[in-house]
Amino acid sequence: MTGADVAFWICGPLMVLGGLGLVLFRKAVYSALSMAFAMLNLAALYLALDAPFLGAVQIIVYTGAIMMLFLFVLMLVGVDTPDSVVETLRGQRVLSVVAAAGMLALIILGIGGSVTAAPVGLQTANSAYGGNVEGLAALIFGRYVFAFELTSALLITAAVGAMVLAHHRRVHRKLGQAELADARMKAYAETGAHPGSLPNSGVLARHNSIATPALLPDGTIAPESISPTLAGRGADVDAPALSDVTARTFRAVERVVEEEEQ
Amino acid sequence: MTTENLLILAAVIFTIGAVGVMLRRNALVAFMSVELMLNAANLAMVAFALARGGLDGQVASFFVMVVAAAEVVVGLSIIMTIFRTRRSTSVDAASLLKL
Repeated sequence: MTGADVAFWICGPLMVLGGLGLVLFRKAVYSALSMAFAMLNLAALYLALDAPFLGAVQIIVYTGAIMMLFLFVLMLVGVDTPDSVVETLRGQRVLSVVAAAGMLALIILGIGGSVTAAPVGLQTANSAYGGNVEGLAALIFGRYVFAFELTSALLITAAVGAMVLAHHRRVHRKLGQAELADARMKAYAETGAHPGSLPNSGVLARHNSIATPALLPDGTIAPESISPTLAGRGADVDAPALSDVTARTFRAVERVVEEEEQ
Repeated sequence: MTTENLLILAAVIFTIGAVGVMLRRNALVAFMSVELMLNAANLAMVAFALARGGLDGQVASFFVMVVAAAEVVVGLSIIMTIFRTRRSTSVDAASLLKL
């Protein structure tokens, strides 16, 4: 049992777990995090497989850049929309799992027993140029230099393409401050909507986060005082219950004070 | 840890990615599953590099990572563009070309 074996039997199952989490979690952010977990384990596996350069690139490019890009886009499109579980094609889920099991069996039966020789190892290949990074550099800037130059063209094209796709033309003219104020006063005149700023979040004895709704004088919550995103996600704090706790404690303290005075 | 174990692990990861592409309706999660499949292929190539005693497999893996980075940038901006017009990242929402 070598170190690479230990790394394989630890990182391999963890990678599979991360992959399963990616598929099974309903919330897209959890999926992205389990994907990042699987990629970190893959990086550790690369380190154990005599590929230190790829391990570092895996962490920097995949976990660092690509997964963060995914998380940014997830935040942009809104994290409060869980995946729908309704099947649009009937029986698609069962059929996909069956097809995937068939594919797995096919691959494993295909490769099973085809590679029986013990791994040659990379000692000679790495020592030819004095190390793994030097050996890779010799290949990239030697035999594969044309492909390497082509990837630079690919990356520039991708950057320009992303800018073109992400650029969007305004459909309506941007409203100025005077027009916005006019619209607010018009709404006030027609529907009686409050033209001023919205109430701020509640400041209670034990909670003052933005998820705490403000309380009106009659003890009910003011719905405009928290962001609709938080309310829609169910992340808002139950403010009346919290103020009940405070009121009970306050009454108990007052009773003690009254007893002491008598 | 034989080469075969590594290849079987790569096959399992690849299959999980394929299941994700087929099952999940969220375009972002389906896209992440594609990335998982690319990673499985990378793992297989690194395993072959170790088995054959050459560095070419690692170079190929490196190129796959570069291409994946470019692909993610363009793919995510396409998803953003679709989201901007249809207010949804479900792959069922983009059905304008359907008969």
